[in-house]
Amino acid sequence: MFHSMTPSHHDILALHHVTKIYRNGTRPLTVLHDLSLTIESGETCAIVGPSGSGKTTLLGLCAGLDRPTSGEVHLAGHPLHQLSEDELADVRCRSVGFVFQSFQLIPTLTALENVSIPLELRGSAQARAAAVELLQRVGLEDRLQHYPTQLSGGEQQRVALARAFVHRPRILFADEPTGNLDEDTSAPIVQLLFSLNHDAGTTLVLVTHDMELARQTQRIIRLKGGSMIEDSATNRSRYKKTATS
Amino acid sequence: MAWRDSRGSRRRLLLAATAIACGLAALVAIASFGANVREAVHNQAKILLGADLVLSSRQPFGTETEAEIATLGGDQSREVRCNSMAYFPKSGNTRLVQVRALAGHFPYYGTLETTPPDATHTFAAGPLALVDDSLLYQFDAQVGDAITIGNFSFTIAGRLLKIPGEAGAASLIGPRVYIPFAYLPQTALVQEGSMVTYRVYFKLPKETDADRLLDTLRPHLNKYNVEGDTVQKRAASVGKMLENLTRFLNLTGFVALLLGGIGVASAIHVYMTEKLATVALLRCLGARQQSLFAIYLVQAVALGIFGAVLGAAGGVGIQQTLPRLLHDFLPVRIETTLSWSALGQSLTAGVGIVFLFSLLPLLAVRHVSPLQVLRSSLAEQLAPRRDPWRAGVIALILLGVFLFALLHTEHWWQSFLFCAVLVAAFLLLAVIASAIMAATRAMVSPSWPYVWRQGFANLHRPHNQTLMLLLALGLGAFLLMTLQFVQQALVDQVSRRHNANQSNLIFFDIQTDQREALTRLVGSFSLPTTQHAPLVTMRLTAVKGIAVETLRNEKRPDIDEWALRHEYRATYREQLIDTETLVAGTWQGKSESLAQQVPISLEEEVTKALSVTVGDPLEFDIQGVPIKTTIASIRKVDWQQIKPNFFVVFPAGVLEGAPQTYLLVTRTPSSEVSATVQRAVVGKFPNVSAIDLTSMLQTLDTLLSRIVFALRFMALFSIAAGLFVLVNAVLTSRQQRLKESVLLRTLGASRRQIAGILVAEYALLGGFAALSGTVLAVFASWALSRWWFEAVFAPPLIPALLAVVVVTCVAILTGLIGNRSVVRHSPLEVLRRES
Repeated sequence: MFHSMTPSHHDILALHHVTKIYRNGTRPLTVLHDLSLTIESGETCAIVGPSGSGKTTLLGLCAGLDRPTSGEVHLAGHPLHQLSEDELADVRCRSVGFVFQSFQLIPTLTALENVSIPLELRGSAQARAAAVELLQRVGLEDRLQHYPTQLSGGEQQRVALARAFVHRPRILFADEPTGNLDEDTSAPIVQLLFSLNHDAGTTLVLVTHDMELARQTQRIIRLKGGSMIEDSATNRSRYKKTATS
Repeated sequence: MAWRDSRGSRRRLLLAATAIACGLAALVAIASFGANVREAVHNQAKILLGADLVLSSRQPFGTETEAEIATLGGDQSREVRCNSMAYFPKSGNTRLVQVRALAGHFPYYGTLETTPPDATHTFAAGPLALVDDSLLYQFDAQVGDAITIGNFSFTIAGRLLKIPGEAGAASLIGPRVYIPFAYLPQTALVQEGSMVTYRVYFKLPKETDADRLLDTLRPHLNKYNVEGDTVQKRAASVGKMLENLTRFLNLTGFVALLLGGIGVASAIHVYMTEKLATVALLRCLGARQQSLFAIYLVQAVALGIFGAVLGAAGGVGIQQTLPRLLHDFLPVRIETTLSWSALGQSLTAGVGIVFLFSLLPLLAVRHVSPLQVLRSSLAEQLAPRRDPWRAGVIALILLGVFLFALLHTEHWWQSFLFCAVLVAAFLLLAVIASAIMAATRAMVSPSWPYVWRQGFANLHRPHNQTLMLLLALGLGAFLLMTLQFVQQALVDQVSRRHNANQSNLIFFDIQTDQREALTRLVGSFSLPTTQHAPLVTMRLTAVKGIAVETLRNEKRPDIDEWALRHEYRATYREQLIDTETLVAGTWQGKSESLAQQVPISLEEEVTKALSVTVGDPLEFDIQGVPIKTTIASIRKVDWQQIKPNFFVVFPAGVLEGAPQTYLLVTRTPSSEVSATVQRAVVGKFPNVSAIDLTSMLQTLDTLLSRIVFALRFMALFSIAAGLFVLVNAVLTSRQQRLKESVLLRTLGASRRQIAGILVAEYALLGGFAALSGTVLAVFASWALSRWWFEAVFAPPLIPALLAVVVVTCVAILTGLIGNRSVVRHSPLEVLRRES
């Protein structure tokens, strides 16, 4: 295998024999089957696969949004499978950033307020200053007091990017970050995403259909029918090594 | 299509109908109750009077009148009514009661309801009395016990449960005691100057028209100051009084219905906002504007019909409680039956309100462009800023409200006033609510905890229902608190005056020869005599040289008849007292003799009622002696001070020789001392009566509480409608809230923080609503106290604070219960929605 299955101190994320079964009435539906993987700190990787392959379920489990039916998930040193809902929330609040396909901004809050949320939830006194800095970084210094409805799609995703990085997360999960954007708008967003990620040294886990985008990460994990069918390094990989399961 | 389109939203739409159902339930109950009351008055008209004709006078009937009565024939009963102290030897308690000495078979229609039931027939046979049930209950007295009235002791033969044509509340003010007419002389209650009413009841032959008979008697009756009453007259006056009551309640119910209407409008507004994409798609596929408008109008009307039917069913249930609630104030027995016409009217009003109120949000359908399917941001650009149809619909709503009010008020100006007050209340509430919100919003600082800032932000969310909720909850709170504040102001007013005055016991009907002894007796208890006044009973015989009889026959519009009929109890003295202020003329405290025109002082309101002023001559008759007077001065009297006050004050030196009684005012330190003094006085001077102001205050409070309770019951419907609006709003906005909460959970918010945001939002909403309602209630109570009741209003802080806390808690609870699933939802959903 390409990576060791035993969590090491370099690993930010480790999944160990993770299975997820949903019950649809009395019929069990196995969405992920005995999946193990580790992701090193600072690594960028993309999870790809057809619809229904289990990408979103995997992202949910990795980010502590859901619990595995069996197996273990360790994120930033925390055994997620053993934590309560509020403990999971705390891990997300401190260590995880998110970028969504449809931006997911709160319509009642201004751009500045939206970006402040992760720090606000922690009770940080520097929330506003950090949010202003990030918004400047994404080129929205003149849009601080705008509400989401007053921003274009590209601008909304920039706000979402700023929000994702504002609390300096150790790992960032991005779910089809350019799925709702046209080609012209996508390119600068992708550039911004990788640039922010590079500067912050954050681990990036990307779920996407877009192979071009996936190839910009260091590693591609391909899922099919709930199993990992490929885990390969890209040209950008530090390891330049390919493995298939 | 309307039916298919509503798929998935039906449950929510039906829930919105509950707000309208609540208002309609109130309306159906009251309208049906009103119909029952009209029917009861019609069916029980004769019972209301108990006879075909009643003649009454404050003086014994003269020989001419007696001769006239004798010629009228039929069956006749006699009654003498006066106020006196009743003394219960067993417990030693005394209480001012209304004594009715009865001879004959009255009541001819209906019966005096007693326990035991035959007591009504047997009490006339001996020294027996029928005593008000509430009085016996108060003093724990039983049938068979003794009761002393005046100089004579009666045995209680029965508990008096109901007197035909009289409301139960009357017994609160003056409990009634029936004694046989034959024993009246033994009581020695009727003395010179005593306040007594003489009555004769007639059961006339069937062919006699009592009204026509009364008309023929009128000149004679006017001449001798005798009043006449017939079944038709009584039924008309009782009917009018009850009609006013149901009309008032109807308008209260209508306010609840209007709140429901606003709730529906708001629910449809949110519904339509969500439907805009569907509308745009249908437009894209070729649907015409009118067809789409019709689809949603049909849905709204269906919602209205459902709410109306639901409300009608509830109203029929509530209708059963109204007669019980108003029992004390109803002189007729109400049979609760469903009035189909009332039901029909209310249903029409309910559906009409929903129709009118839903037109407002439905207008938006006309502006949906098919282009919105491609670009949803077009929605904001395409909606015109000013839609003339909007103004038209608002005008239609106002017209609808006016027409409804017109059906339930006597004059068009009352309907207009109702609409104006309603619009003003809504506008004021909206302004106050917006002002409070703006002020607090300006205060929000980045240093505040995040959950509170987010709670505030939620009040301004797109498609928020904040203002509507503030109106709905605020109006309910306003109604309830105004009732509470006004009742408090009235009771406070009386008790404040009472305390300041300190005098709390008045003895009256004191004869000249008892005056000295009674003053000594009161003094023997170390009680001071704070006021002493002679009372001379007189009647007005001429105003500005025109005989009262002529004025009454002419029915002059500038003169109130009561002022002509009134039996004046005048006093005489040299000085003004502290409750009086001179407003015109010169006070003359002394006059020499009766030979010349006596300069008197008249109370301001009486001068208005008689259309007289300083310098005008008035003629009085004091037990056969005519007295010519001139109005020398006009006084303003502060009637709210519980002190003996007078319409007519004579100067000293004129009436000293006239037949008169006295009253004495004293101050007792406790109710025990008051009871002891009353017992001693009644024991020694049985004809003397006493009013204990402390217990009168309690009576006033009880009476007000009962009235306010009935009104509050109706106001509760507005509160309930407001709550349903809140519940609907909570459920309507739940989806949006859910989306946000799940996102916040994803970003790391704990359940506690999510719950905190909800608490903050609903606390602010409830708090602002209650605060707006309270501000308006304080304003309205102040205005009512100042101009209507002429009482001093001090805003009661504790009830106001309590109301704010209760409304806030209710709002928080509703918000938390309605959103409990929001707190519980898994953050994973944010990803599921994405994929």
